[in-house]
Amino acid sequence: MSIDPPALTPSSPSGATSGPTSGRPVPALLEADRARQLAGEFGLKPEEYERVLAILGRTPSLTELGIFSVMWSEHCSYKSSRVWLRELPTKAPWVIQGPGENAGVIDIGDGLAAVFKMESHNHPSFIEPYQGAATGVGGILRDVFTMGARPIANLNALRFGLPDAPRMKQVIDGVVRGIGGYGNCVGVPTVGGEVNFHPRYNGNPLVNAMTVGIARADRIFTAAATGIGNPVVYVGSKTGRDGIHGATMASTEFSADSEEKRPTVQIGDPFAEKLLIEACLELMATDAIVAIQDMGAAGLTSSSVEMAGKGGMGIELVLDHVPQREAGMTAYEMMLSESQERMLMILKPGREAVAEAIFTKWELDFAVIGHLTETGRIVLRHKGQLEADIPLAPLESEAPLYRRPTAETPKQPVLEAASVADPMGIEAALPALLSSLDLCSRRWIWDQYDSMVGGQTAKRPGAADAAIVRVEESLEQGGARALAITTDCTPRYCLADPEEGGKQAVAEAWRNITATGGLPLAVTDNMNFGNPEKPEIMGQFAAAVRGMAAACTALDFPVVSGNVSLYNETEGRGILPTPAIGGVGVLEDVAQAVGLALAPGLDLILIGETRGWLGQSLWLREIAGREEGAPPPVDLAAERRNGDAVRGWIREGRIAACHDLSDGGLLVALAEMAIAGGTGATLLPGPASLPAHGWWYGEDQGRYLLAVQDGAGLLAAARAAGVPAQRIGRSGGEALVLPEGASISVASLAEAHERTLPALMAGDA
Amino acid sequence: MQAGIVLFPGTNRERDMALALQRATGRRPAMLWHRDTALPAGTDLVVLPGGFSYGDYLRCGAMAAQSPIMRAIRAFADRGGHVLGVCNGFQMLTEAGLLPGALLRNATLRFLSMDCHLRVERADTPYTGRFQRGQVFRATMAHGDGNYFADDATLDRLEGEGLVALRYATPAGEATPEANRNGSARNIAGILSPNLRVLGLMPHPENQVDPQIDGTDGLPLFESLAEALAAA
Repeated sequence: MSIDPPALTPSSPSGATSGPTSGRPVPALLEADRARQLAGEFGLKPEEYERVLAILGRTPSLTELGIFSVMWSEHCSYKSSRVWLRELPTKAPWVIQGPGENAGVIDIGDGLAAVFKMESHNHPSFIEPYQGAATGVGGILRDVFTMGARPIANLNALRFGLPDAPRMKQVIDGVVRGIGGYGNCVGVPTVGGEVNFHPRYNGNPLVNAMTVGIARADRIFTAAATGIGNPVVYVGSKTGRDGIHGATMASTEFSADSEEKRPTVQIGDPFAEKLLIEACLELMATDAIVAIQDMGAAGLTSSSVEMAGKGGMGIELVLDHVPQREAGMTAYEMMLSESQERMLMILKPGREAVAEAIFTKWELDFAVIGHLTETGRIVLRHKGQLEADIPLAPLESEAPLYRRPTAETPKQPVLEAASVADPMGIEAALPALLSSLDLCSRRWIWDQYDSMVGGQTAKRPGAADAAIVRVEESLEQGGARALAITTDCTPRYCLADPEEGGKQAVAEAWRNITATGGLPLAVTDNMNFGNPEKPEIMGQFAAAVRGMAAACTALDFPVVSGNVSLYNETEGRGILPTPAIGGVGVLEDVAQAVGLALAPGLDLILIGETRGWLGQSLWLREIAGREEGAPPPVDLAAERRNGDAVRGWIREGRIAACHDLSDGGLLVALAEMAIAGGTGATLLPGPASLPAHGWWYGEDQGRYLLAVQDGAGLLAAARAAGVPAQRIGRSGGEALVLPEGASISVASLAEAHERTLPALMAGDA
Repeated sequence: MQAGIVLFPGTNRERDMALALQRATGRRPAMLWHRDTALPAGTDLVVLPGGFSYGDYLRCGAMAAQSPIMRAIRAFADRGGHVLGVCNGFQMLTEAGLLPGALLRNATLRFLSMDCHLRVERADTPYTGRFQRGQVFRATMAHGDGNYFADDATLDRLEGEGLVALRYATPAGEATPEANRNGSARNIAGILSPNLRVLGLMPHPENQVDPQIDGTDGLPLFESLAEALAAA
């Protein structure tokens, strides 16, 4: 085989060339036509493959082709989304680490930092719900503790199809069991999340998992590898053939052996993860680590390439040293495996023994598999053979980047409440809404998640608009600092108007944190969309980012980490655009946190302006049977003004309970507060200018319902702050008494609210 | 009181337990490692906390019962030492033969994470002195295998000897089937050794010790221990 000399000469970090390359040894190369064909099977476009050839100056080896294809995959390269994501605000004085690392980091005071990120595991969770969801939790946990943080909370944002769709009950059951099975075992409380049901997720459910951890602000670990000659260390579980690049499934003919290929879904071992957390945190307390990264998507490939690339180094690995679960693994398989519970670290020279002792104590594999070099190249050897030799700088800088065509979603007309007939009346609609899929109690789900382990969960699922978790490290310093954490998105709004929907997702996260008394600090985003090669999908993406950027800027709520999941389509039909937002805020004293449970004898005060917005509301969908109209707009100035006022009143101790108004509007929010507190209320009539269904079930944004001792005092404070406020009733009794005199017992509402999921899932144990 | 909390590699409620003991006693408990073969001198309470010992892919607590430190704990119990096993710790105590019976899969076949109410069956033990007999307190439960099982003869003996410490009950104190979510025999949530010094229970009173977090319903259990062992 004749080989042309390389056309490109890679640069070393100092800018010097790495010497003549024409004489470089080369690995066993693929035959040219075969390589081109495989590149296509691995998902590389023809023009992307031409770049591979230009960078290498020759055809690639199989291992090299595998590395290029995963590093340039949408999942790893963000090639369709990067140009848009740059528009998101990522900075604030409290941001320690923005996007680009394993997770985002913010300063929460007391010398402590919150480290967090949300990540999708959509496709695996549909193929194999239990393991797909479980390994989603495992992966996001590693992203957080790899930065030196002890994970203190997990959340999850789930979107399912309708339960009667094929396989969907098994998916729901498996996903919930998988999240619980993993989180419960590793001992990180699962404290919150959200669920939606819609037929557009029938063939493509979404599983987005979020982890929040705590680290010392001055002890954050990153992935940038430095120090020529420093050892590259592999720790954790052994590498197996699970999760190997799906492309191998379609290319059995190039493999001589006919061994059955394992499924591409990874298998989780939460016990190994628990050991890995403890061992890593123990080692991080020493000064042995230079850099560390988990082996997530694309496993050993992405971790080694990214660590060396970020540090401007080269890296050389001898794959014979990789702990292997089974005999006969090839270099290609090891580099592409997505076996779980593994980490890659760069140690300071001479610290191998210290590190090995810790990993041995925790009964985990520990192996020095290579070292850093000055070449700026990744060089892989196996069984005495060179398997890959790729310059790292062009692997990143030449990675494809697309500004794909976009098409704007046409605006929908505003639906006036007065133009929509009310088919059943206010009283009958309430239990119907409370038992509907998108509004019914999620207790069946959260009862399977350990939300209390750690002993710091002050508000568990259902108790408040955001989960409240006290920071144990703050307690040790005599403080009582707590985090308020939430996930939010309203996909039906995003479909109708992606820009308003993106704005609303951020605003609702900010509002949910505010409603507990927390100060919202930053978000992580999980962008779930369909096929970006379709202009209308890319248009949804671009518009959602625009809306998110506007809200993040107006609310001082920057994006510090995120994940993009595209191609969420089945049979050509995409999911609802779902830019899920994970928000984190801080309370200086956990005792300030308020929940949503109503107590008797309180004035009920509605904050914010109500126009009776029924377009895209759940009332319109569930009661009137229509999914149409423009979604409610978010007035960011009003949002900020209203929220800042509410948070201030909570901190002054004036608010007994608080709930944001979102899905279902005012009466649903009130019913949720009543059910949580086992207390009824007597309600005043709404304004004569609005139809009753617009008033009670409209989904106007920027609103809160407060329960307060001193209603008159609060109304005066609201007037002074320029915040729209009005008294809508008073709590007490065992029923909601509507202005027309109808009385609905709280017990019957609770029964309606609680029955749906258990009834649907009965018999699926 | 000098307490030691045993850490298995998959233990995960050790910090909750340490905070509860510290709150009741003012002293930080020692953390003991599963491979230790002896307890620190002066230990007067050993706690086996919740978690997943060695992953519990086999029967929960089965491997932990064979661990090096278990021999030392068994000897300690034989000498009249106090041993508290919570959740995974209760499973270990039954697997190790320090308490009778076994913990089966929950009757629902699902992990159950929720509050339960526990009725105190006797108040004259080192663990319950601060409660009244018949008193009900709220506790978190979080387990997949908490369905207490023993044969009728064993159950009759436990009842006859007054070794049932806690039962699942309604907030009003009735031991109904509805209050018994995991399906335990006779609503049993916790049992004692004949000398009343070994207690195993499935729920987590250590999660209800702090007014800032979730109330102090479980605190009397730890205060009872502090009082009993201070006097000892």
